[in-house]
Amino acid sequence: MPQPDIEAIAEQVFVALADPSRRTILGALAAGGPATATDLAGQLPITRQAIAKHLALLTEAGLVMAEPGERRRVRYRLSSAPMRVAQQFLAALARDWDGQLDALKDHLDQHAT
Amino acid sequence: MAFPDRIERTVEIAQPPAKVWAALTTAEGLSAWFGQDAKIDLRPGGSASMRWDSGHTADMRVERVEEPTVFGFTWHIFGLPEDDPRRTYVEFTLEPAGAGTRLTVVESGFAQLPGDAHNTAYGGNTEGWASELGELVDYLDAAA
Repeated sequence: MPQPDIEAIAEQVFVALADPSRRTILGALAAGGPATATDLAGQLPITRQAIAKHLALLTEAGLVMAEPGERRRVRYRLSSAPMRVAQQFLAALARDWDGQLDALKDHLDQHAT
Repeated sequence: MAFPDRIERTVEIAQPPAKVWAALTTAEGLSAWFGQDAKIDLRPGGSASMRWDSGHTADMRVERVEEPTVFGFTWHIFGLPEDDPRRTYVEFTLEPAGAGTRLTVVESGFAQLPGDAHNTAYGGNTEGWASELGELVDYLDAAA
C-alpha cells in the first residue's frame, strides 16, 4: 500500500500548481534559478505582497526552500524532490498499456497464418 | 487510494502462448508493436532497450524469464530524471486459453517512496546545477 505521506506530497504539488500565480512563480524559479521576492516582483505581473504570500505557502509545502542570499535577502530555490513524487503519479496516468496491448494484438493478428 | 501503485490489464489473444512469447521477448517481436530498434539479452540480469520516433528511449533490465509463461523486467519511471534510481517492475504472464492466450500485464512500483537514501541524494541534488556550474568554472579557470 502506498504510504500516506507520498500521497500528501503529491497533493501539495498539485494544489500549488492549481493556482496560476504559483505556477508562474515556480516556472520563473525553474527557468531562472534561485531568486528573491524582489527579483520575482520585478519579472512577473504579480504584486510583491502576493509573491511573498505565495512563497511562504510554497516554502511551507516544501516545494521551495528559503536560503540566505546577497545583502541578507532571502532567496528562494525550487525543491525538486516533491516534484519527482508528483511525477510518479503522472507517470502512472501516462502509461498507456491499453494502447500497447492493442498494438500487440494487431501485430499478432497481422502475422497469424 | 488516489495514488496508483499498480496497473493491471488482462487481454485475450487469439494466438497461442508461443507466438505471444516471441512477440514479448525477441527484438523482432518487440520492434513490431512496442518500440523501435529493440534490443534484448533474454536472461535474468540481461539488458534490453527500445527507441521511439519521438526520440524517447527506454532501457530495461530483464528480471524473470520462464518460457513461455512469465517475462518480467524493470525500467525507469517515465518522466523522472535519468539519475533517479526508482524503477517500476513490469511482468507479463501468459496462460493458454483455448487455442489462444490470456495475457496479463502488471506494472508496479509507481507509489514507491523515494526513501532516506534517495532523500540524501535529493539533498545533494538541490545543489546540483549550482555545484556543477561551479565545477565548470573551476575547470575553465584551471585550463586558462
